[in-house]
Amino acid sequence: MNRYPLWKYLLIAFALALGLLYTLPNFFGEAPAVQVSSVKATVKVDARLLARVEEILKAESIVHQGLFADQNSVRARFGDTETQIKAKDAVERALNADPDNAAYVVALNLISRSPAWLTSLHALPMYLGLDLRGGVHFLLQVDMKGALTKRLDATAADLRSLMRDKGVRHGGIARERDQLAIRFRDAEMRNKARAAIESAQPDLLLTELQDGADLKLAATLKPEAQKRIQEFALKQNITTLHNRINELGVAEPVIQQQGADRIVVQLPGVQDTAKAKDILGRTATLEVRLVDDENSQNPTVMEEAAKGSPPAGTEYYVERSGGPLLVKKQVVLTGDRLTDAQPGFDNQTHEPAVHLTLDSAGARIFKDVTRENVGKRMAILLIEKGKGEVVTAPVIRTEIGGGRVQISGRMSTVEANDVALLLRAGSLAAPMEIVEERTIGPSLGAENIERGFNSTLYGFLAIAVFMAIYYLIFGLISVVALSTNLLLLIALLSMLQATLTLPGIAAIALTLGMAIDANVLINERIREELRNGVTPQAAIAAGYERAFGTILDSNVTSLIAGLALLVFGSGPVRGFAVVHCLGILTSMFSSVVVSRGIVNLVYGSRRKLAKLSIGNVAWK
Amino acid sequence: MEFFKIRKDIPFMRHALVFNVISLITFIAAVFFLATRGLHFSVEFTGGTLIEVSYAQAADTQKIRDALARAGYTDTQVANFGSSRDVLIRMPLKPGQDSAALGAAVMDALDRDAPGAQLKRVEFVGPQVGKELAENGAIALLLVVFGIIVYLALRFEWRFAVSAIIANLHDVVIILGFFAFFQWEFSLPVLAAVLAVLGYSVNESVVVFDRVRENFRKMRKATVPQVIDNAITSTISRTIITHGSTQLAVLSMLVFGGEVLHYFAMALTIGILFGIYSSVLVASPLVMWLGVSREQFVKPQKPKEEAVV
Repeated sequence: MNRYPLWKYLLIAFALALGLLYTLPNFFGEAPAVQVSSVKATVKVDARLLARVEEILKAESIVHQGLFADQNSVRARFGDTETQIKAKDAVERALNADPDNAAYVVALNLISRSPAWLTSLHALPMYLGLDLRGGVHFLLQVDMKGALTKRLDATAADLRSLMRDKGVRHGGIARERDQLAIRFRDAEMRNKARAAIESAQPDLLLTELQDGADLKLAATLKPEAQKRIQEFALKQNITTLHNRINELGVAEPVIQQQGADRIVVQLPGVQDTAKAKDILGRTATLEVRLVDDENSQNPTVMEEAAKGSPPAGTEYYVERSGGPLLVKKQVVLTGDRLTDAQPGFDNQTHEPAVHLTLDSAGARIFKDVTRENVGKRMAILLIEKGKGEVVTAPVIRTEIGGGRVQISGRMSTVEANDVALLLRAGSLAAPMEIVEERTIGPSLGAENIERGFNSTLYGFLAIAVFMAIYYLIFGLISVVALSTNLLLLIALLSMLQATLTLPGIAAIALTLGMAIDANVLINERIREELRNGVTPQAAIAAGYERAFGTILDSNVTSLIAGLALLVFGSGPVRGFAVVHCLGILTSMFSSVVVSRGIVNLVYGSRRKLAKLSIGNVAWK
Repeated sequence: MEFFKIRKDIPFMRHALVFNVISLITFIAAVFFLATRGLHFSVEFTGGTLIEVSYAQAADTQKIRDALARAGYTDTQVANFGSSRDVLIRMPLKPGQDSAALGAAVMDALDRDAPGAQLKRVEFVGPQVGKELAENGAIALLLVVFGIIVYLALRFEWRFAVSAIIANLHDVVIILGFFAFFQWEFSLPVLAAVLAVLGYSVNESVVVFDRVRENFRKMRKATVPQVIDNAITSTISRTIITHGSTQLAVLSMLVFGGEVLHYFAMALTIGILFGIYSSVLVASPLVMWLGVSREQFVKPQKPKEEAVV
């Protein structure tokens, strides 16, 4: 009666093998490494980069322990941190000859020492949270109302030019909190306006109002349009953050959406919060200005300008492609007027191009300026922290109306992509604010790992010793089952790459303490059956069977609490809940299926079993 | 080895009233301290800034306080954290204050007047986040209570569900009472511990109830108190050993877990100790008083339908 069918043993063996395989990477530890990734869309990470890094290291005679390449980065592993830092400096110097215009991020990182065949099976060590590895954590709140207001203001400008184009007389357009109010003298004009707006601005919801003698038309953004704008704002902010964080040279930054209007940024290993915040909070703006062509072609003026004294009313810039030029100080257009920038191709020449879309006010200005300046050059600048950069300076060929602008000429497809991305992501779509911040020093991280590890280890040992003394062989079997639980839990955490935090380690320790409950229940039940005079084999069977209902009930109630924590918890609570829930599941398997398997192996085949080694039961 | 050699059922139910009165008094005391002293919420809930620094030698907290006061930070709390070398500085939330500059500014102030500090951790929580955390915590608690009631009502009977939840919620209040009385810091990990305790000590009630149900079927002649006494007596060994094992793990956390896990482990310890008591000795009498009976579990034999003349 106490025999398992073969498939059950195979199942246990399979689970154990899988558990061992995925737990294995955690034992190899981590080695210092240098990670090289690309900042620009134009610069690809490929085998050539790998070869180049190898060359650089060879030239400096720095010994590495392996070079790896994946889709986004090239990594080199080193024996100690000293070599790592030396290598970082060497690679940085060689790859980024011009520090102001770096093409690569060269960052310090840690990579697992586990052999390549394990990594290729996606068997990775557990992913440690910031409280264990040190670093900075930010929670940013995106001002969604700000995004909507920004949009409404732009729409107001659009409506004004629409009214003028359609010849509708109105008494003013103004934004009143979250709606636009347009005043009219008579109903006829209002109806005409209404028809025009409905066809031109499908995102607006119009309601007619009467305000004293005035007729009013109130326009609000439709809920679905609001949602779209907000989603777009969030996505764009995340893209912008990505670009900015690249500058910091962080090996594995985490930038994720949290909830509807928040963004989490985690920068492992970064200690300088001031610099990190500075970069996160930076606002970039786009400006369109005219180029002073006359002076730009005059070598003597340019020489003077390069030394820092450009002619009055102009500024000296170097274009991305390298050519110096003088740009007038007067701003034609700002990035607020830009609604979109997409890479594409010129319709006639099939050259790569960037298509810009301007709002209607911007389109009008652009039309006027281009009409008056055909044949001259126009500069598009990205201004960050008061420092400008000329992204491109194309020649104006004809008057451009309609708000659709195309920048083309001397551009490759990748460059077009890059420019479009820069123009789009250069500025934040909505303002953001830091609502939560955490910095954990590296020494505290190491301390936390040690504390968590010791808590688990000594808790486990204490339970193991007690069980072995109290329940003898059955106690030892329970301990083996408990070890299986630990093995499976760590394997599961490694496999899922769930973030392990200090509360998570606490949950491992607690899970072990609670998981033993199932084995205590079973062992007590077997003792009780023996006391009632049942034969040992029957006692084992009855013990496991009767205890199972209780084990199930108690684990379900624990799981309910765990799931509630998982759904409603955040930060440290979630870290605890993930491990707690997984631990309950693995403990069900190990304490019931695995321990029964061992008991069956030990006792199941003995016909004449007179006594079980489960402690004293003879007192009744 | 055997700790419990109990030959006769212990008449727990005869003293049911006493247990419940003890419970009630502890409960009222806990509520009293919660009301008068309140919980000492951590920065996560209240919002504010927390800065942990460490020195090579024992830190002079008074010197640090003076340094901060000179730099214009008057409303701060400075206390040792874990060891005499580690110091925790708490600063309340001030409108218009730039969180970005605060950490650096404090370190500058310390460098000037109490040099040698090494920054270990900075935590800043805005007011809105704190409020949300408190709300989410409350929702999680309600959800756990509701989930457990529904599950127990389905698996057993509503009387069991109600008694289990009353007994265990009173554990939660008592844990909170301890935190209010000693003014221990109530942080997010402590909240997690409280909810875990709720799930865990319901287990105890479940184990006893399971036995009660089984006994109703087996002990046909016994009265309700006898059935419950037998159920508690035959599971008491398991109850204490299980709790002992869990407490071993928690004790290990209390000793080796450091400052961060200290109150987490503390909440669990109180929860486990009171859990044994309440889930067994409070929940069972409640079930009895709510009027549990054999008929709710054992289906009465249907009288044969006989032909009537």
